[in-house]
Amino acid sequence: MFRRLPETAAQPVTVVIDGRPVRVPFDLTAAAAVLIGDGITRTTPVSGSPRAPYCMMGVCFDCLMEIDGVPNTQACMVPVAEGMRINRQVGARKVRS
Amino acid sequence: MPEPQPSDAIVIGGGLVGAAIGYGLARQGLKVTLLDEGDVALRAARGNFGLVWVQSKGPGVPEYQHWTRLSSDRWPGLAAELRETTGVDCAHERRGGFAICLTEDELEQRRQMLEVLRRQAGAVEFEYEILDHGALARRVPLIGPEVVGASYTPYDGAVHPLYLLRALHAGLLRHGARYEPNARVNAVHAAPHDFRIEARGTAHAAPRLVLAAGLGSRELAPLAGLHAPLRPVRGQILATERVAPAIPLTQKIRQMSEGALLIGDSFEEAGYDDSTAPQVLSALAARAVRTFPFLREVQLVRSWAALRVMSPDGLPIYEQSARFPGAFLASCHSGVTLAAAHAYPYAEAVARGALPDELARFASRRFDVPKAA
Repeated sequence: MFRRLPETAAQPVTVVIDGRPVRVPFDLTAAAAVLIGDGITRTTPVSGSPRAPYCMMGVCFDCLMEIDGVPNTQACMVPVAEGMRINRQVGARKVRS
Repeated sequence: MPEPQPSDAIVIGGGLVGAAIGYGLARQGLKVTLLDEGDVALRAARGNFGLVWVQSKGPGVPEYQHWTRLSSDRWPGLAAELRETTGVDCAHERRGGFAICLTEDELEQRRQMLEVLRRQAGAVEFEYEILDHGALARRVPLIGPEVVGASYTPYDGAVHPLYLLRALHAGLLRHGARYEPNARVNAVHAAPHDFRIEARGTAHAAPRLVLAAGLGSRELAPLAGLHAPLRPVRGQILATERVAPAIPLTQKIRQMSEGALLIGDSFEEAGYDDSTAPQVLSALAARAVRTFPFLREVQLVRSWAALRVMSPDGLPIYEQSARFPGAFLASCHSGVTLAAAHAYPYAEAVARGALPDELARFASRRFDVPKAA
């Protein structure tokens, strides 16, 4: 969907997006890493329709994902790290009983 | 000023009270003009918690208890009518509500208040339950260990207040009302059954005037021979991310139809300052976490404050002007709860030209008692 400018190529790290290991540049955010693939970050709790990152600056909340087990995290605000687990947020998060 | 625009009723105030009464007038076939001040207004209708709350209303004042209950009983009909007329679902629910107590004292005070309400209810049946921790935990499993118990009545409910406001406005337009945004009132010319209001360069004329301008009614009321000694009482609310259904309706913490949890509510004398205050918000959050420990892991996404429209005794003010008949005042701090009472019996009384005897208790003359020396 998006292609990186060659002069900004950087050292890769491995993150696990929806269970699949992916090599991505170390200086991306989780949302940017997802945009290399299908770009879908979540399905909404209201209509269930898919969403993708939109503002990429922490405002729109459309890139909510479950990152390292924390649900509804703004993926555009989180830099990737080696081994990070990035999962789609499917509908409303559950609360712990 | 050009020739005034004529209608059957002018409503000043496009919040929940004015919109509900305006809708109620328009659905009876009256030509309604609604004057809405705009974004500079204090707009309690955009900051409230959305409860249709019955269980603590009116100890010592059976008229208020009955009026609240009447509204709650007519709410399912209003929600259905608005959905049908406008396509907007304001997410009304009425499955009862819990008032959760964290100390024995709180629970005992609830019990005493509810017993007063049961005894004074008269022909209106009023049933309540007092639940200890164990009984409450069976019905609300996620309560924390510090919760002592709760009171419960089946009459309580809630709506999504922003959808309600939108539905009432859509309903007004559907019934042919004229809606004037950014229409701060500049002048009121009152005569019996003959009112001329100037707002945003336009004059409006009607034989009926409804003043429902929230805190703004305080200054406008005398111009129509009415009296509205209102003051702001600030309330602050926290909102969380959307989560899967977790809790039933409680008085201070509720889950919206779309999953967000709202945590309220404070009562503060802060004048017209409608900003939030961290120490108040942190106290709300602390109590919420003691009530429902799962909230510790739920993210807050917003907080805001809004100003309640409060009379000296906390009761609504309803009256028709003695000097300028045809002018009515409607003011309360429960615009959601009372929306059905405003859309149906109150609007019908305004159309008829006389408020019913049941509402005499709410006239402003109750504030005229001279203070003892």
